Amino acid sequence: MNRLTSALLAWPKAVLLACLLASLAFWLISDRINPYYMDVLTKIGINVILAVSLNLINGYTGQFSLGHAGFMAVGAYAAAAVTMFAGPKFLALAPAAWLLPATDGLFLGALLIGGLAAALAGILVGAPSLRLKGDYLAIVTLGFGEIIRVIFRNIDSLGGALGLNGIPPYTNIFWVLAVACICTYVVLAMVHSTYGRGFVAVRDDEVAAEAMGLNTTRYKIVAFVVGAFFAGMAGGLYGHYTLSIDPKGFDFMRSIEIVVMVILGGMGNTAGVIAAAVLLTLLPEVLRPFEKYRMIFYSLLLIILMLTRPQGLFTWKRTLKTAGRA
Amino acid sequence: MIVFLQQLINGLSVGAVYALIALGYTMVYGILRFINFAHSDVFMVGAYCGFYCSRLDSGHTLAGGLLVMAIAMVACALLGIIIERLAYRPLRGSSNLAVLITAIGVSLLLENAAQLVFGADPKAFPALFPERNFTSQAGLTVSSNQLLVLAVTAVLLVALQWIVLHTKIGTAMRAVAFNHQAAALMGINVDRVISFTFGLGSALAAAGGILYAMNYPSIDPYMGTLPGLKAFVAAVLGGIGNIPGAALGGFLLGLIETLVKGSKFSTYSDAIAFAVLILILLFRPAGLLGKFQVEKV
Repeated sequence: MNRLTSALLAWPKAVLLACLLASLAFWLISDRINPYYMDVLTKIGINVILAVSLNLINGYTGQFSLGHAGFMAVGAYAAAAVTMFAGPKFLALAPAAWLLPATDGLFLGALLIGGLAAALAGILVGAPSLRLKGDYLAIVTLGFGEIIRVIFRNIDSLGGALGLNGIPPYTNIFWVLAVACICTYVVLAMVHSTYGRGFVAVRDDEVAAEAMGLNTTRYKIVAFVVGAFFAGMAGGLYGHYTLSIDPKGFDFMRSIEIVVMVILGGMGNTAGVIAAAVLLTLLPEVLRPFEKYRMIFYSLLLIILMLTRPQGLFTWKRTLKTAGRA
Repeated sequence: MIVFLQQLINGLSVGAVYALIALGYTMVYGILRFINFAHSDVFMVGAYCGFYCSRLDSGHTLAGGLLVMAIAMVACALLGIIIERLAYRPLRGSSNLAVLITAIGVSLLLENAAQLVFGADPKAFPALFPERNFTSQAGLTVSSNQLLVLAVTAVLLVALQWIVLHTKIGTAMRAVAFNHQAAALMGINVDRVISFTFGLGSALAAAGGILYAMNYPSIDPYMGTLPGLKAFVAAVLGGIGNIPGAALGGFLLGLIETLVKGSKFSTYSDAIAFAVLILILLFRPAGLLGKFQVEKV
């Protein structure tokens, strides 16, 4: 680690603040940037949030979850419900511009409610299923993701199978980048705190961690809830960006995409995971001329990567021994 | 009562297909301890093999249909062996997770290759066998296809049980499932046994694919995903790694699902399999017929 990065890491809060200010500045000049690039950047930001939050569960805590899209769906629906159903009343009551424009205040509230709803779902899913390990946990979380989807398909007030349309377009690049920065900060701050060492301990050897007096179940649930919270926020951002959401958009494939980002980046390697999220969002864009072969290429890449670099693209030394433990 | 009996028959024929797929999952899990996600796509390829081979057989006779099924089974057995050889064997000894992700990759590859080769549009599956409905005086209807599904499944289950319990390769399979190293020390060629297991499981999946396609008369490249997941649930329900358990789990799941479809909760039927899975894992993690093992440090 060179001197600059260690100096930066000494004041993580300052770095976070700088990042937030930078995203605000970026939003101010975003009008002048090609809308296509902005579109790709927004998608990258949302995927970074999803991948970094899943990395807390899969990478640092070693609990293999395949249901992240389910939490994203909960957040997306909850946030959209807030802005669509409670929004008009709120905007009619709120003063025009207080600290920030009323729509932004509403959106922040909606995002938080979306995150909290997803966190609640995280507790409901995590508390019973985290007793399981490895493949079983993977398949149960997958099952929960599918159940969440089927439930949304059956709620008529949320559009049923057709989904919600006409969500107000509140997402802008500032919100996406800001949530991505906060998510990264929270995850890093958590795992590098004294308390947070427990996450890695649970991953490396659960029995030993328990023998040292750690409450392993609690660590797993905390990881699950925090991960689900940010997945929910990402869902809210996604819904207010695409303006329509339907249960199909949050299927098993979506979860797999996020898992692939985490694995490609290297489990428990946040910088690598962010790089992988960027790379995997750009890849379909680059491959757009070869649309027909895109998914074939993607799947082949996945297989070849696992055969040649199972520890992830961006993991070299330290975590080599523990990377990839289920 | 008639309705219930009717649902029972329908459920059994759905469950038979789940049982056939679940056997492939359970055998691979028993030996290699990983979820072969690509299995559900071998099932899809099996259905497509049936679709293309059926053009050779214009008579719709019982023998012709069975021949088509046999060809598809052989083709898929080869596919399974090739997948194992190219994608899974190089990963032997590496982490479970790497193998799981590779399996997901193989699954995606098969789905998308199928989309490219066979086309993305659903295709109508031809009637392979002569069809007839038998209706009892009380109004109970059993189609010849349903009977055929049950008969073929029963024959395959008995054959599988015989292979596993009474042949040399079957004994070797059980030995490898018990302990790779000890089996290798006894002179068993572990790689060959694993190849054979993949071939056997894939052949059963192909049979399942054709039987499934006959009752849901259109096929598409993504047809395997949901039945595959449900069959996996069936395997866990019966106790994964346990062959009779997989068959039992398949039939049970088919019954439960059909009964739910017939009730007022029909729109939730896709979620039922997962709800069953979660309940089983919470209350009896080893499955109905599995043995619970305590983790030793």
